[in-house]
Amino acid sequence: MSILAIQILNSLFYASVLFLIAAGLSLIFGVMRIVNMAHGTFYAVGAFATAWLVARAIAYGVPVGWTFLLIPVGAGVVAVLGAVIEPLLLRPFYRRAEEYQLLVTFGLLLILEDGIRFLWGGLPLSADPIMDVFPILRIGGLIYPAYNLVVIGVGVAAAVILWAVIYRTKFGVMLRATSQDRRMASALGLNVGLVYISAFAIGCFMAGLGGAIIVPTQAAVLGMGVDALILAFVVVVIGGLGSLQGALVGALIVSFVRTAGIQFFPEIELAVLYLIAAVVLLVKPTGLFGSAQ
Amino acid sequence: MKADVSLISYRPKLVLAATAAAVLVVLALLPPFIGLYQTQLLTYGLIAAIAALGFNLLLGYTGLLSFGHSAFFGIGAYTVAFLLRDAGIRSMELYILIGIPVAAIASALFGYICVRHTRIFFGILTLALSQVLWTLTYKFFWVTGGSDGLRVARPTLLAGMVTFTGRDAFQRFINGYYYYVLVVFALSVVLMWVIVHSPFGKSLQAIRDNETRAAFLGLRIHRFRWVAFLISGTFTGLAGILWVPLNGLTTPEVLYWPFSGEIVFSALLGGFRNFTGPIVGGIVFTYLKTYAVATTEYWQLLLGVVLVLMVMVLPTGIVGAVTALANKLRPKEKSS
Amino acid sequence: MILLKTVDLHKKFGETRACDGVNFVVNKGEFLSLVGSNGAGKTSLVNLISAHLKPDSGQILFEDKDITFATVHERIKAGIARSFQIVNLFDGLSVFDNVALSIFSREGKSTNIASLAEHDQDVRNETLEVLGQFGLRAMSSVLAGGLAQGERKLLDVAVAYALRPKLLFLDEPTSGVSTRDKGQIMDTVSSVVRAGAVTAVVIEHDMDVVFRYSDRIVMMHEGRFLADGTPDEIKANKDVASILLGAPLSA
Repeated sequence: MSILAIQILNSLFYASVLFLIAAGLSLIFGVMRIVNMAHGTFYAVGAFATAWLVARAIAYGVPVGWTFLLIPVGAGVVAVLGAVIEPLLLRPFYRRAEEYQLLVTFGLLLILEDGIRFLWGGLPLSADPIMDVFPILRIGGLIYPAYNLVVIGVGVAAAVILWAVIYRTKFGVMLRATSQDRRMASALGLNVGLVYISAFAIGCFMAGLGGAIIVPTQAAVLGMGVDALILAFVVVVIGGLGSLQGALVGALIVSFVRTAGIQFFPEIELAVLYLIAAVVLLVKPTGLFGSAQ
Repeated sequence: MKADVSLISYRPKLVLAATAAAVLVVLALLPPFIGLYQTQLLTYGLIAAIAALGFNLLLGYTGLLSFGHSAFFGIGAYTVAFLLRDAGIRSMELYILIGIPVAAIASALFGYICVRHTRIFFGILTLALSQVLWTLTYKFFWVTGGSDGLRVARPTLLAGMVTFTGRDAFQRFINGYYYYVLVVFALSVVLMWVIVHSPFGKSLQAIRDNETRAAFLGLRIHRFRWVAFLISGTFTGLAGILWVPLNGLTTPEVLYWPFSGEIVFSALLGGFRNFTGPIVGGIVFTYLKTYAVATTEYWQLLLGVVLVLMVMVLPTGIVGAVTALANKLRPKEKSS
Repeated sequence: MILLKTVDLHKKFGETRACDGVNFVVNKGEFLSLVGSNGAGKTSLVNLISAHLKPDSGQILFEDKDITFATVHERIKAGIARSFQIVNLFDGLSVFDNVALSIFSREGKSTNIASLAEHDQDVRNETLEVLGQFGLRAMSSVLAGGLAQGERKLLDVAVAYALRPKLLFLDEPTSGVSTRDKGQIMDTVSSVVRAGAVTAVVIEHDMDVVFRYSDRIVMMHEGRFLADGTPDEIKANKDVASILLGAPLSA
């Protein structure tokens, strides 16, 4: 029974991270109608940056307990990166054929993935110390790290905050107006450029946050970006691109299936997920909550 | 009513055929002049050209950008490796005869899933597919040799008549294999040219330009895209089949996503709106990569930067830029 | 003889009733104009008949066969074709290829992969013939994206016409075209269509054009049919006049 509880907690843990990445992807798509092929790599940058910062901080004698605060910093780094990239690399291509957008973000993917190797080397980086700050809990007869519960908490908080921002704030109204009709919004005096860069930065922040919160439990490795991109893609396929609910539900479904899959088919975990995505695409191409593009 | 103004004047066609023949002759005469290393490099270039040519049927003519073509290249390469290891086959002809249907079947399967979607969904789907294949190749290392890959010995050409053993075997192989690939290359180019200029090819371009209108002409969009995907994957698979005997080894790296990026880049470099673009791009890219890899360890970073620059500055590629230049220099023609 | 008939066709977009119990009849061989103010439901009706939209309820019968749920492909095969209000062409292909494609598709030759498109003499000859009828022959090798607006409109119609349909829908074939060219375009279109014995339904806003070229005029208003008759009958109809012009037409 307690094993089941652990499995459920693990699924929720994983779902939180997936939700952050997928919600970022969906937000960017919802507002700007672009999908950044390097989105998963932003997640990776968040992970590497945070792990590196933690290592540096500890080397400088910062008490381990405070390193937890580096998590939002790591995510912030990614947000800044996004804020720089959007006007430079993406904006010139909104008016052009979509192939060029895809090509540019793919180029960005190549640059960032190798950039990670350039900056942080080819070896895995971890941030274990953060995890040790938190106690180990007893569930039934088994032990479970409290940190994982923190991650779940962050996921829930992110969902709530995001929902609140989008549906309850003036900024959210601007976001939604721009996503519905860019020209109209612009004609009404909205600074579309500002909305775009903000939306992109927020989306990147979320991806980076996903990387930052997972790295204490799981080392940052080369190639994690592309894997994350594909998983995030599976999530939005199931949940529907552009939908916040969809990202949440999709993340939960993918996560639980993955946990079950690892139990029984550890070798082909990715293939099973991909198969699900393929089936969903065949049956309901716009996903559970998505709308036709 | 007699068709008076003939739209196919045969002159441009003749010029085209003559130019192609001349290029072929030049290519055929090169090896003694350029030496062994360059001949080998050029062989790789022709192989890359075939891969890019196949890829571009989807991008340039169907409007679908695939980020997973490494899957088909890898399938071609690994099929040869398996045929050698598990069936003891050494004949290049058998590699091609068996490998092509394998690549075709894989393309048909992948295509069935992927062509229902366009643009970003298509792009990530194809990426995901090649990643799954790559992961499987790694995980089932007892079958695929894992990260060490599988070795492939020199094949026999022309139904076993030509073998490469004994004295000067390496030289004879490089030269002999070059001509073999050149012939396959020429045939591939001709075949692709016919496909692209056939009613099928025109319909494909129509679908690319305006899916709605194409549907209103009675064209079955998914079916056309699926067939294009099949042909595209098969051509790239053929490139993989030709590649592995020359390389002597196949590793999961040819299934990994940056390799797909190289194929994409080759087409972009040459110009994906032109027939000859991918051919030029594949050959030029092979040379560029050889030089770049020797210069820097962060070759992928460089590739990404150049890719972005190309999209910004030279989106029509080499052939596109040359064509534009030629049009500027040529006096205005009267409209026919 | 009735070629097309809709029975109690309904289509709603949210609260807007685009088609509110439409019973539309098209007789074989006629040149019919479908008129009405913006949002009256004309384009929706055509979209429903050409399978661009699915009806909420009702039936569509073509040559007495129920095509309500037939796919685009099936309707084209049955003989229904259309042109578009916002010109819908293959901009990257030449004028010649745009028309040739219709003919290839009609003849079931679109899937020919082993022969060159240029070498099909029958298709070439017919393409040139159609282009000649529409006055576009001189521009055969120009890319469709490079034509002037009036020529693009003609090409749009030619592409649909080349399918040799039994029933041809033309969605505002003269919209966006200068007044001077409108007459020319409609002259061409109506003469070609009549010569080819194709039944045509034209959505139009320009009442001069409508009165000059139509055998019959059907007027829609808020998703329903308001009037149906010959140009003279419509001219005399007071309801039509008040809706269209705000005042009765002088006799």
